[in-house]
Amino acid sequence: MSRTWAIIERELRRFRRSPMLIVISMIFPIVQLVVLGYAFGGNVKHLKVGVVDQDHGVPAVKVRELASAVTSGAKTFDTIEYADPGQALADLRNGRINGVLTIPPEFSRRVLDHNEPQVALIEDNTDNFVSATLAAAVDGMVTAYNHPIGSSARVQGQATLDVVEVYPYVPYIQYLLPGSVVMSIFMMVMIGGGIIYIDDKARGLHEGYLVTPITKFELIAGFNLSGTVKAVLAGIVLMTIGSLIAGIPNPFDPMRLVRLLVVIVTTAFALISLMFLMMVRVTDPLIPRATFGVLNTLLYFPSGAVYPQQGFPGWMQVIAVADPFTYAVHAFKSLLLKNTGFSAIASDLGFLLLFSVVAMTLATKLFRRTL
Amino acid sequence: MNAIDVQNIVKTFGDFTAVNGITFQVEAGEIFGLLGPNGAGKSTLIRMMTTLILPTSGTAIINGCDVVKESDGVRRAIGVIPQAMTSDLELSVTENLLIFAKLYGVPREKRTRLIHDLLAAVELTQWADAQVKNLSGGMRRRVEIARGLVHEPRIFFLDEPTTGLDPVSRVAVWEMLQKIKAERDLTILITTHYMDEADKLCDRIAIVDHGELKALDSPMKLKASIPSNNVLDVSFSATPAGWMQQLQGLPAVESVTGGEDDVYRVSSLNGPATTLALMEAAARAGVTVRSLSVQSTTLDDVFVHYTGRALRDALQEANPMERGMVMRRG
Repeated sequence: MSRTWAIIERELRRFRRSPMLIVISMIFPIVQLVVLGYAFGGNVKHLKVGVVDQDHGVPAVKVRELASAVTSGAKTFDTIEYADPGQALADLRNGRINGVLTIPPEFSRRVLDHNEPQVALIEDNTDNFVSATLAAAVDGMVTAYNHPIGSSARVQGQATLDVVEVYPYVPYIQYLLPGSVVMSIFMMVMIGGGIIYIDDKARGLHEGYLVTPITKFELIAGFNLSGTVKAVLAGIVLMTIGSLIAGIPNPFDPMRLVRLLVVIVTTAFALISLMFLMMVRVTDPLIPRATFGVLNTLLYFPSGAVYPQQGFPGWMQVIAVADPFTYAVHAFKSLLLKNTGFSAIASDLGFLLLFSVVAMTLATKLFRRTL
Repeated sequence: MNAIDVQNIVKTFGDFTAVNGITFQVEAGEIFGLLGPNGAGKSTLIRMMTTLILPTSGTAIINGCDVVKESDGVRRAIGVIPQAMTSDLELSVTENLLIFAKLYGVPREKRTRLIHDLLAAVELTQWADAQVKNLSGGMRRRVEIARGLVHEPRIFFLDEPTTGLDPVSRVAVWEMLQKIKAERDLTILITTHYMDEADKLCDRIAIVDHGELKALDSPMKLKASIPSNNVLDVSFSATPAGWMQQLQGLPAVESVTGGEDDVYRVSSLNGPATTLALMEAAARAGVTVRSLSVQSTTLDDVFVHYTGRALRDALQEANPMERGMVMRRG
């Protein structure tokens, strides 16, 4: 194994003198974490809602008061009064406002008659996020109208839902962090592992190894362990910086750090195994560069790193099942967001180890000790 | 026992035969040159002898070990400098040597002394801690020569070690190799397409072309083996019709080539006699001799004789795409 250590020593000495390598592999995941985290993480506020009151009765005034309460409270939307419903609809179509809340002429009469009183929300549904947020806010407002505080009966006749959150509020940037850690490991595997491996091969550096008495096993171990060490370092750096940026509570809990390290090492080895299997017979330096972006998209997005997998179409869920990112992201989410123990991530670690064994076995069979 | 014994070795890549049944032996202590243009099969041959690729047929015994059956024994006995510069640019000179000493399993207690001695031998002691990326091409080649010797091999293979170097660096590398050879019990096999390099450095030369061995002997015997002893490069002004025939009729003339712009190359078995007769013939015909140079036979002439073309033409034949293929295939 001393020859394996010689390869690892060589790679790490080169790595230490190429600080740009670690910077490059860190920049993309960090930028993505910060930009996506803050871009998608915030609550939608200050939407513009036109209010057309065609009734002017006391119940209608109550609805408008509730809308004003949303405006000054949650600030989900700001209201603009319209006397002319045609003008309100024209402004909606022209994108000046996001929705029109209409209180029809017979609203008060129907309320007093208990005859299905209705208010209408006409909204611009070209933006799903905006329309869903607006509908939810107005729905909440109507619910509040139907069940005013202090007027409820001592014993409610209708079923209600109480939501109990197990964990403190998780901002989206924290939700993204596990995926960013996995991506930083992947970036280092591709840049510090795959691209350097093929570049060295193309430059003839591997010939230097092949003419020594090193065995096939020692060579494979040297290539992959050095790549794993580099990827682990990238994962640790991103996890530390990312935890601070995202505001993970108590990020340096020693037991969690130990568990995180286990997941980082297992993930790094699984991704190195995948890379080695893909690159073992490649000689063209363009290939790892060309596949890098595609592979990143193919592994990162189906993994559930940015959006729940339950929302994916069937074919993407099939990719997710075989995707090592899925299990790594799940394990990191368990540890970073829920601070669970090993039992919660045992199946993730099991899959990643199995994946590594299968990929490395195939790669070893394909690896040639000659040129 | 011969240091190298190659018997009828063949290497094919699909339909392409890179090496076609070459046989030769190298005695221990020799500097043996494989001379030929790009694509001649030199690199493929050296890669088979250094266990980098497997022969299609035939055998190669290196230091008593078969390259296929006892490849590990071969690897322990040889040092190899590949055609491409493969030292690590980010590492220091010493680190480059240290890593390879570890790869060859050189004991810890020997490493420091060996590296110190080798750096002295290639005159890089004062650059020991410099990063290789700060060295010139010639110095980098010397690092690689030291690296190839870090495990004290018996046989040293160098694949075009001076290609891409400037003339001064080339001469420095030759001197370095001769010095190392004199100090150590070493057999050297070197491939080159530089005639002067092969001439000055090698005890024996094998001329290889199109994957076949065309000639094998010492540089002196090879030069003596071809009919012409001297080459006269002569330039005239305003030669009359039939001048080439007149030149061919001069004493001891073997052949006359050229003629374009009144510049001729005359091969002669007796340079002085032909020169004298040529000057007299020119004076008689009223032709002015603008320049005249008389050269002894070079290995270039030997190459032309055995392959039917000049080496420089053979080098130019390969277009860039073919040269790329040749780089990979040897």
